[in-house]
Amino acid sequence: MKITVNGRDLTVEPGHDLLTTCLSHGIEVPHFCWHGDLGSVGACRLCAVKVFDDPDDTTGRLEMACTTPVRDGQRVEVMAPEAERFRARIIEWLMVNHPHDCAVCEEGGACHLQDMVVASGHRHRRVSVAKRVHRNVDHGPFLTQEMNRCIGCYRCLRFYRDHAGGRDFEVIGAHDRVWFGRTEPGALDSPFAGNLAEVCPTGVFDDRWWSRHYARPWDMAATPAICTHCAVGCNITLFEHGGTLRKVQNRTHGAVNGSFLCDRGRFGPMAAEAERPLFPSRKGGEIPWVEAVADARALVAQGAVGIGSPRASLEANFALRRLVGEDRFFAGVSDDEAALVRRMAEILRAGPGRIASVRDIGRADAALVLGEDLTGTAPRAALALRQAARGAEKRLAAEKGVPEWMDAAVRVAGEGRRSPIALVTPRPDALDEVATWPLRRPPAEVAAFGRAVAAALRGEPAEPQAREVAAALAAANAPLLVAGAGLGLAGPAEAMAEIARALGPKAMVALFPPEAGSLGLALLGGAGIDHAARALEAEPRPVIVLDAALPDRAPADTVERLMAAATTVMVLDWLNGPLSARADLMLPVSAPVEAAGTWINHEGRAQRSFAGRPSDLVPAWRLLAPLCGGTETTLDEMLAALAHDCPDLAAVTQAAPGAAAGPVARLPARASGRTARDLAGRLPDGQPRQDADSALVWSMEGAHGLDAPPALRTDAGHHSASGAWAGTDGVGGPVTGGDPGVLLLHPGTGAAGQPLADRTGTEGLAVLPLHDPFAASAADRASPPLAERAPRPRLLMHPGDAAHLGLAEGALVLLDGVPAPAPLALDASVPPGHVALTGARGHGLFVTVEAAP
Amino acid sequence: MRGIIDSFLRVGRMVFAPTKTREYPEVKPVLPPRTRGRIVLTRDPDGQERCVACNLCAAVCPVDCIEVVKAETPDGRWYPETFRINFARCIFCGFCEEACPTSAIQLTPDVELADYDRGFLQYEKPDLLIAGEGKHPGYRYWDVAGKAIAGKVQAPVDPKDLCP
Repeated sequence: MKITVNGRDLTVEPGHDLLTTCLSHGIEVPHFCWHGDLGSVGACRLCAVKVFDDPDDTTGRLEMACTTPVRDGQRVEVMAPEAERFRARIIEWLMVNHPHDCAVCEEGGACHLQDMVVASGHRHRRVSVAKRVHRNVDHGPFLTQEMNRCIGCYRCLRFYRDHAGGRDFEVIGAHDRVWFGRTEPGALDSPFAGNLAEVCPTGVFDDRWWSRHYARPWDMAATPAICTHCAVGCNITLFEHGGTLRKVQNRTHGAVNGSFLCDRGRFGPMAAEAERPLFPSRKGGEIPWVEAVADARALVAQGAVGIGSPRASLEANFALRRLVGEDRFFAGVSDDEAALVRRMAEILRAGPGRIASVRDIGRADAALVLGEDLTGTAPRAALALRQAARGAEKRLAAEKGVPEWMDAAVRVAGEGRRSPIALVTPRPDALDEVATWPLRRPPAEVAAFGRAVAAALRGEPAEPQAREVAAALAAANAPLLVAGAGLGLAGPAEAMAEIARALGPKAMVALFPPEAGSLGLALLGGAGIDHAARALEAEPRPVIVLDAALPDRAPADTVERLMAAATTVMVLDWLNGPLSARADLMLPVSAPVEAAGTWINHEGRAQRSFAGRPSDLVPAWRLLAPLCGGTETTLDEMLAALAHDCPDLAAVTQAAPGAAAGPVARLPARASGRTARDLAGRLPDGQPRQDADSALVWSMEGAHGLDAPPALRTDAGHHSASGAWAGTDGVGGPVTGGDPGVLLLHPGTGAAGQPLADRTGTEGLAVLPLHDPFAASAADRASPPLAERAPRPRLLMHPGDAAHLGLAEGALVLLDGVPAPAPLALDASVPPGHVALTGARGHGLFVTVEAAP
Repeated sequence: MRGIIDSFLRVGRMVFAPTKTREYPEVKPVLPPRTRGRIVLTRDPDGQERCVACNLCAAVCPVDCIEVVKAETPDGRWYPETFRINFARCIFCGFCEEACPTSAIQLTPDVELADYDRGFLQYEKPDLLIAGEGKHPGYRYWDVAGKAIAGKVQAPVDPKDLCP
């Protein structure tokens, strides 16, 4: 299809609106209410353009580009005087009530409204009416609200209610008095509320952490990074000023996070601002670095055992493995979990299912989730699944001639139809409202249901519900199967593999490991810490533990055995974890946001993160490399060593360009205040900081915007988050120049392998882990805004079980003789025979529950 | 001979000419009020700090010698926690004054800034803040800005009112 825009002939795809088409071809059209992921509603009237039907049409007419479909032969004049005048009037009307407060607005400098006002040429206020004033409501620890700035584009409501499925966000009123927000003070329920700060094109909703630790957008150094708070690996931009982290913003990745993040990812990196260990210590007493390194060297000489971490980067785990040798390297997780994540990689490699990225999840036309509380374990994937649910509605609307981008009309024409989604979980799930079959099964029977679906697909007899789900999956073009380690059981993943085999190559599979570094650790090998404890008990040696994840990821008694059997315990950690205090030698290392490193996400995508916050501490791999005579001092050298030692991981070097690709500027060209402390050439702080591990420099020199390579890019050349469309190949497409990262797992390249069996029936009650979207681990809880938002730990039990054990609501209990972190709450939704606990890791665990004395 | 007489006449005439030399520093020059010298931070008519830490002066500064750090009072007012001007770098261009939306930052006719140590040329907020309103008496940014702060006389609209 050919159209002409501003005299330029374009070959365009049919089925899109004019605005999306223009923006996709790099033609800027002012707009407000339109958002690539929220579609068109035509609320603001700013994208008016002059449209001519064909070459003979000389009159033309004004149309809203966002609600006008592209037609063959169409001629469009964006800059026609009539259209320009119309848009200038619209802006003038929008500004009638917009306050004169850019100076005290956080958004100022990265504001879509500012950009549009400047673009339209509006400078002078002609009306003298008083501006309307709104009341504000406290929106919790993540967001600020200043309703006076609202221009009524409805983006917030469309994101929060329509896209993210939130309910506690309202629009009320009429005329110019419309009011958006929570009607009662309090934090928004949805774990995606933080996106409102980016979705809002003005400063109504803004990031509260940023507001409290404020620096103007042009003064902050922006670094591309990877979120390390779950296995999805969303791309984020870290904004730093004066040595502290001020803000985290979404960094578009076509296949992973698109335009949105979850709150855990947006506020989790602030954990780097928590109180942290800065000096090495020996049994709790600070010691100089020289002594600490000498001690560490001595431990290595005694043949130390290394415990890797699922919360550390691939390089850190590799450096530890090389230091202690493959035989003495263990994963810092329970044996069951180590085996499970290894098995997940095996299942993904074996195929035949295609490995689903988050974008694929959003495009699936049928889905089966086995056992996984997606909103708790991989929130961004849950948001994508909510979009998948709308597929049927969009198809029905399309049959009626309503195109997909006409969002509000699709919701009416789609008659609320939902794509078939089966959710098989032990307890009520946040995604139940979009599921066709919200099915409840005890953890151990989730896999049985999955196997029944597989049997039904093979034409064997199965229970009726499994037959229904199987029929939906078989009828779909792109059926999605989701499982994970959320229950701590291997069964769901095995059942998923079985269904994928029955469905054949059209199946898309997504397996979510427990942590951001889990898959990387599994690909490096190493059994779990039960093995480590046994090896140490047979032959006591010193132990080097990487990172604080151990107590979160392994049963307490095994950790105790390990600690007891080790002659000396050395911990490398960036947080004050429970192990750090007990370690004989503790070496503080830099936080994930302070170090360059590679992270492998749930689909086996290796992505490079860079240091977004300066630190005097060094990453673990840099500390460990010289202990075994390694000469690596930069990340590039470390990656070369990794590629040499692990040929099957050699592709990780391609995840991002090395330091030679630079320089790429972290600071915008307009950064201010550089010489405020400088005494005429006598720089008190020395030269600008150096970053040996990347092409990024801590100054304004080097490539900016789209001139930088995709993996090093932090902006698309526009001021505001609303301008992210300029950085992709077409709206919603991959990042210009190719999505960064490299896929390591290729379906059909591995053997099917041996299925894993879960442990069954021993004494006591089975542990059912409760996941929370706001805090999954100690690293999340260390973040001040997340700690404020996350609910208290919970301990739930079925009333029947409690009665049997003689326990009442609110009772303090002992789990395996250890006091539980929360008082008991009775909940009939917990399957009988189970005890549900926040932060618990299942691993097929059974505990005894008794009343505390 | 004529030359000598001519020289005497020329010199002698200058004895009665008006003098151009100013006896600075004994006699202080009278500089016009718009002279761009030492920078000050002024206050609102009610005595509160005018600066709202918007950073526009820092952004516009061609030599980047201004550093401002924003803080917020419990009632929602922005104010600078840090306001630092490095007069060793300042070129007295006056852009900061032009950029200031609150008339807080103003250049004064005081040009006596010389010092023996560059460190003393780094002025912090207490060094910059003066008691008065400076060149724009009566102006108060918070009266015209639409941000809600405590004590502001504003009648919020009723969003539940459905009248047109």
